[in-house]
Amino acid sequence: MRRREGEETVASRTITLNINGEERNVMVRNADTLLYTLRGKLGLSGSKPGCLNGDCGACTVNVDGWPMKSCLMLAVEAEGKKVMTIEGLRNAPIQQAFVKEFAFQCGYCTPGFIMNCHALLEQHPNADDKTIKEWLESNICRCTSYIEIEKAVKSVLRGHSGGS
Amino acid sequence: MDVIGKSVIRKEAADKVTGRAKYTNDFQSIEMLSCKMVISPYGHAKIVNIDTSKAWKVPGVIAIIAGKRYPLTGEAIRDRPPIAVDKVRYHGEPVALVVAETPSQAKTAADLIKVQYELLPVVNSPAQAFQKDAPLVHERLGEYKLEADSYPVPGTNIATHYKIRKGNMEKGWSESETVVEASFSFAPSDHAAMETRCATAEIVPDGNIMITTSSQAPFMVKRLIADYFGEDMGKIIVRTPLVGGAYGGKASVQLEVLAYLASKEVGGRPVKLLNTREEDIITSACHIGLDATVKLGVDRSGKIRAAEIRYLWDGGAYSDKAVDVSRSGAVDCTGPYDVENLWCDSYCMYTNHPYAAPFRGFSHSELSFAIERTMDLLAQKLNMDPFELRYINAIQPGDTTPTRVKLNKSNVGNLRKCIEKVKELFKWEEGAIKEIDDRFIRVKGVSCSWKTSTIDTDAPSGVILTFNRDGSINLMSGVVEIGTGTKTILAQILAERMRMDVDNIHVRMEVDTQTTPEHWKTVASRGTFMGGRAVLRAAEDAINQLKEIAACALRAPKDDLEVANSRVFLRDDPSIGLHFKDICYGFKYPNGQTIGQQVIGRGSYILRHLTHLDPETGAGKPGPEWTVAAYGVEIEFDKRDYTYRLIKACTVVDVGNVMNEKAAEGQVMGAMSMGLAFAGRETFYFDELGRVLNPQLRTYRPLRYGENPEYLVGFVKTPQLDGPYGARGLGEHGLMGMPGALGNALSIASGVSLHHLPLIPELIWRAKEAVK
Ligand code: FES
Ligand code: FES
Repeated sequence: MRRREGEETVASRTITLNINGEERNVMVRNADTLLYTLRGKLGLSGSKPGCLNGDCGACTVNVDGWPMKSCLMLAVEAEGKKVMTIEGLRNAPIQQAFVKEFAFQCGYCTPGFIMNCHALLEQHPNADDKTIKEWLESNICRCTSYIEIEKAVKSVLRGHSGGS
Repeated sequence: MDVIGKSVIRKEAADKVTGRAKYTNDFQSIEMLSCKMVISPYGHAKIVNIDTSKAWKVPGVIAIIAGKRYPLTGEAIRDRPPIAVDKVRYHGEPVALVVAETPSQAKTAADLIKVQYELLPVVNSPAQAFQKDAPLVHERLGEYKLEADSYPVPGTNIATHYKIRKGNMEKGWSESETVVEASFSFAPSDHAAMETRCATAEIVPDGNIMITTSSQAPFMVKRLIADYFGEDMGKIIVRTPLVGGAYGGKASVQLEVLAYLASKEVGGRPVKLLNTREEDIITSACHIGLDATVKLGVDRSGKIRAAEIRYLWDGGAYSDKAVDVSRSGAVDCTGPYDVENLWCDSYCMYTNHPYAAPFRGFSHSELSFAIERTMDLLAQKLNMDPFELRYINAIQPGDTTPTRVKLNKSNVGNLRKCIEKVKELFKWEEGAIKEIDDRFIRVKGVSCSWKTSTIDTDAPSGVILTFNRDGSINLMSGVVEIGTGTKTILAQILAERMRMDVDNIHVRMEVDTQTTPEHWKTVASRGTFMGGRAVLRAAEDAINQLKEIAACALRAPKDDLEVANSRVFLRDDPSIGLHFKDICYGFKYPNGQTIGQQVIGRGSYILRHLTHLDPETGAGKPGPEWTVAAYGVEIEFDKRDYTYRLIKACTVVDVGNVMNEKAAEGQVMGAMSMGLAFAGRETFYFDELGRVLNPQLRTYRPLRYGENPEYLVGFVKTPQLDGPYGARGLGEHGLMGMPGALGNALSIASGVSLHHLPLIPELIWRAKEAVK
């Protein structure tokens, strides 16, 4: 492809990111967000753009075990950190719980919600209602009533007897 | 029934919880170029000059489109230039397009395009648009191309006017002892689907136009682009993968046209156009606003004798689907009540607001607010229980609708039963008002709704079934999976009819207009009904072929054969039979000879007997059946600062039959959530220049986790004899009654009649101040 001289090429550099347990080399501009890099450069399209300014949570990933809105983080800031995206989550109880409780419809908010819930369950395995609300109110689901998501989360809390 | 009614897991569930589910914007290739819009910063302004010189200097820029005249687009009325020329008519309207190699280059260039505007007077509400001396949004309204059923009035801002004239008004008013009249209004708002709209286009060397789009209407995209630009319809191939929420907003065709024009401008190279959240809210079509006046008269017993209704719909700058919404608003204008003497004017008005798409409920949640608030005012005046007033006026078999369709036991649900069930679930006998202390009060508000789906009289739905050699079936339907789970329900319908395991049915999620049979549009809660009927026919067709082959192989008459568990067998001795895998590609004898052929099932369906409406009286048959519902909302109101908390929301809908229990509950609860957000918080705030001041999810706030009430859902099952297994529409009904019920609860709680949405504390405070 014909590429004219421009700042874009100049400001790009290669960094190494730890994504889902793998070291990945990727060429980024300083201004590229982690979300843009994951989707556009690494083919990890599970994290979704919904607003690009932190309002919706559709882009949520885990960084060193904490939920992070990947539209609010630059790719270069993720160097040296462990990034986990929805693609890195395999057969986690929360994923099964989402299926069982019908906790999604269109599914667009689901990767972000699941990554947020997953981190919540890791950090607060005994989370109470208030903590759950504090964590989950950062994501928007436009399809479900949230009751389904609440049920899914509660079904995998520690001490929960299983079954909904 | 084995499969119908069961909470079968969605076919695409595993993809959706692992991040594998792909939506339009997830398809990306190295050669794909990026397109960025320049949008109008004003509601109404003349375009004086567009300077693109600086933008051209940005590296990576390949094309800029500005000031170019294309054929006008639109649905009922062709009134919209795809890219504005001469003037802009709403805040957010596309004024120019930039195509560049990367998104950031396209954005940099778009920001450097300098457009000079000259402000024009703004039409900021439908009521203002209706005034005689209002500025005109479209000066050349008389010159536009029209579809049937649209009646614009040149020289005004009336895009169309529908009339309902039924019975004898003079008689109606003379029989009325009590009359109430009230006005209501609310501004446009948004669907706010989490996936912003996206379209890609490529024109390949053989001339095929390949479009991928997040749309509820891929077949419409094909038809309209062919029609607008004179392209061969067969050369346009529109693909729609999973859609990330739609709610009506993705039934409008807009970005597809822009992506097509952009690709054309760069020699057919692939181009992607993705809305930012801000563009998705204002540039693409929004949720319609309304100014309404309702006058109802009742006799001594509380029976409605007369109704006079005027709806002024805020269609926005372009008529697009708003004409149809206004028509639908006329068709069911009274709400679910029997009204013999009726006069209704439903106007689709042009304003300088973002233009309207369908919104879940298609005019019914909006008009219900006006009707249901008026019903409560009436109940108050009569000193009657609000449910009682609704009960005695409830629409029933034997009554006629506003457009004079005679109702029977099948084409209308049982509203009285819905009311009874809400009363039960909602503990109505405990009373509507409960004082907690001198500061807090709990109040229940109620409402009812009905809806028919006014779709094109010739709207088709088709299904193709093919077999795999293991005897499992592939189901292909043009229904788009927008989140409603309809494709899983179609698989359930097929499994039920074939009496087989639903796991042996594979559903194709993606739609492409070349290889999937057409389903008109995935709107109006018609997916299950029409798609389901088509599935049943396709199943019939496949069963017939399977039996024919089996009859030959088993040397038994076809009439003696049954189908179940993926086998064809003898009715009186099921042990004698053949598995689908042995006959679905013909039956092969031991010596190699084969009889029969590959089995391909086909089925299609068109709604019968739908007609246009009479332009003078509105008489006609606009839709197949009326689904009815009753609602309740309970709030806890703080008398000190007028804030409130949602406690409970309840919907009972007559669904005919429940196809998938959990999915059905999810649809109704999700719809209630959206309805409460529309009623309680969502609106566009406009300034005097027609600018939307809150086009972001931090200023335009849907409900978030924990802000939701407890939800109660109930179903009444009055089968619709034409529906697959008796089913009626379902996806919209949970929403429709929420604005009315919340408005009624808050009006009682605050002691002042509320007439606007959204119902925020400030609105209540203003209403209180006004009556002080
Ligand atoms: S896209 Fe990151 S929060 Fe919305
Ligand atoms: S499932 Fe559609 S936004 Fe959550």
